[in-house]
Amino acid sequence: MQPIPKITGLFLFLGLATLALFPFAGSTFYIQLLTKIMIMAIFAMSLDLIVGYTGLVSLGHSAFFGFAGYVLALSAPRFDTVSLWWTLPACLAATGILAVAIGALVLRTSGIYFIMVTLAFAQMLYYLFHDTKLGGGSDGIYLNARPSLAIGAFNPVDLGNKVHFYYVVLALMVAVYFLLRRVLASPFGRVLAGIKANESRVRALGFQVFNYKLGAFVLAGVLGGLAGYLSACQFGFVNPEILSWHYSGVVLMMLILGGMGRLYGAVIGAFAFVLVQEFFSYQDIFGEYAKRWQLAMGSFIVLVVLLLPQGLADLLERVGGKPAREPRDG
Amino acid sequence: MEYLIQVLNGIQYGLLLFLLASGLTLIFGIMGVINLAHGAFYMVGAYLAYWLAKMTGSLWLALPLGVVIALAIGVLLESALIRRLYQRDHLYQVLLTFGLILIFEELRSILFGNDVHGVPIPPALNFSIPLTETLSYPVYRLFISGVCLVIAAALYFVIQKTRIGMMVRAGNSNREMAQVLGVNIPLIYTLVFAFGVALAAFAGMIAAPVSSVFPGMGNQILIICFVVVVIGGIGSIHGAMIAALLIGIADTLGKVLLPEYSGVAVYLLMAAILIWRPQGLFQAT
Repeated sequence: MQPIPKITGLFLFLGLATLALFPFAGSTFYIQLLTKIMIMAIFAMSLDLIVGYTGLVSLGHSAFFGFAGYVLALSAPRFDTVSLWWTLPACLAATGILAVAIGALVLRTSGIYFIMVTLAFAQMLYYLFHDTKLGGGSDGIYLNARPSLAIGAFNPVDLGNKVHFYYVVLALMVAVYFLLRRVLASPFGRVLAGIKANESRVRALGFQVFNYKLGAFVLAGVLGGLAGYLSACQFGFVNPEILSWHYSGVVLMMLILGGMGRLYGAVIGAFAFVLVQEFFSYQDIFGEYAKRWQLAMGSFIVLVVLLLPQGLADLLERVGGKPAREPRDG
Repeated sequence: MEYLIQVLNGIQYGLLLFLLASGLTLIFGIMGVINLAHGAFYMVGAYLAYWLAKMTGSLWLALPLGVVIALAIGVLLESALIRRLYQRDHLYQVLLTFGLILIFEELRSILFGNDVHGVPIPPALNFSIPLTETLSYPVYRLFISGVCLVIAAALYFVIQKTRIGMMVRAGNSNREMAQVLGVNIPLIYTLVFAFGVALAAFAGMIAAPVSSVFPGMGNQILIICFVVVVIGGIGSIHGAMIAALLIGIADTLGKVLLPEYSGVAVYLLMAAILIWRPQGLFQAT
């Protein structure tokens, strides 16, 4: 783990403070928007573990996000609340098993083929839920009641309450960030960094590279599943779109936009992506053109690639006077 | 007899996929660029066919005009944007071409709206060959297959037998060495990209009367094309041909035999092949 530059640290701290205080001032619309963004940030951080730190570019990460959401929706009774205390572990465990199964197969390939096989598995799940009756087909499933955190009669947090849910997601986002930092600083994380830098050398040193990659893939899958679980809780609804390649693409975009291999880059990317999208579709500024936000968004992405090769996080570091890193060309 | 029709449909779909996948695999294999916008070019072609056929009154005039426009779009994009990506990581290619998809989709929406449009089949080909008393096969679909086969043969000839094809192959196997030996690699790359765009757009144009013209049509076909490219082996034209036919037939028959699982079938096939042969069926030549 590289230390965070001071200026970035300050910025992140201010951002976190703003997020913590926001519900006291913001409207419900923006509270929900920020909740959605923070869920995407968890999702993007989980992807960063394999893409940014291990060098495994997955274009099928939505498989885990969507699968966890579907497991929650399918295990919840139709009109009754279900306890978070068993559904969350169950969803994460199921997603973990799926990640082991997919990972054991896809990690046999590498490079561009890895991108395509991860995509293939995500697409299989997409069509499984889209074309069959298993999960309500293309209409998806409604989740009529949010999972409850009650222990007996004691019920401190109501996930149906927008503000409560906001703080739960905020806390989990911070928790995932520190968890991943811990993991990456551990010997396990150092081996992953080694695999990214030079896989054959790590193998020559006697490490079981495959097992390390699988470990990273499964952890990323489980954390992606956590994001999917939270997303299903927020919208009370799952449909096959959360499994689609478009979704995997968007989260990858967030990661690249923010800057890979930094964790907080994933968070910045999630915020930047969704907020820019909201900004371009804001009618008061763009009037009639607001409906054409995709055009502005597409141009924005193209410009970022051409002008900011290291993502937005790098821009932040450069503002802080740190010389730009060597571009990671390959 | 019903299966004959399905197999013919599968072959026709497969050949169409080949037109798209051959451009994709060339851009992939020779230039090392992952072009997510390839499906968008297919859509551009279909809308060009719709617009030009309406303006000129004939698909036969629309086809050459459309190809010229597509070539121009290709040259423009390559020299303005794609050129800057050759030395960059695949991820940035994915990001930039994803941005291009958004731009093309929105331009399409601004210029043509979000309705589904039809393109009339040219009168000369608008009839069916009777197979039995109740079943018949539309000639236009046979025409698509025929055109695709001709293009495939021409592509093979150009790449294997001509001087320009030799330069392309040289650039494919070793960019620096070819450049040192006097091959104008930047020009070759521009040509390959523009040619790939034109192939995709042409596929969209001839498919338009059968598939109709609708928003998002490019995204739908893009992923299948990547599947074809990867199964066939990146950069391999004949691999793309075989994989395209395999996928075309598997998908069409899957829809008839197991309608609920046909979507899964294609990707299952891909996963199985890649786990069996991680480099695809054919190594690039």
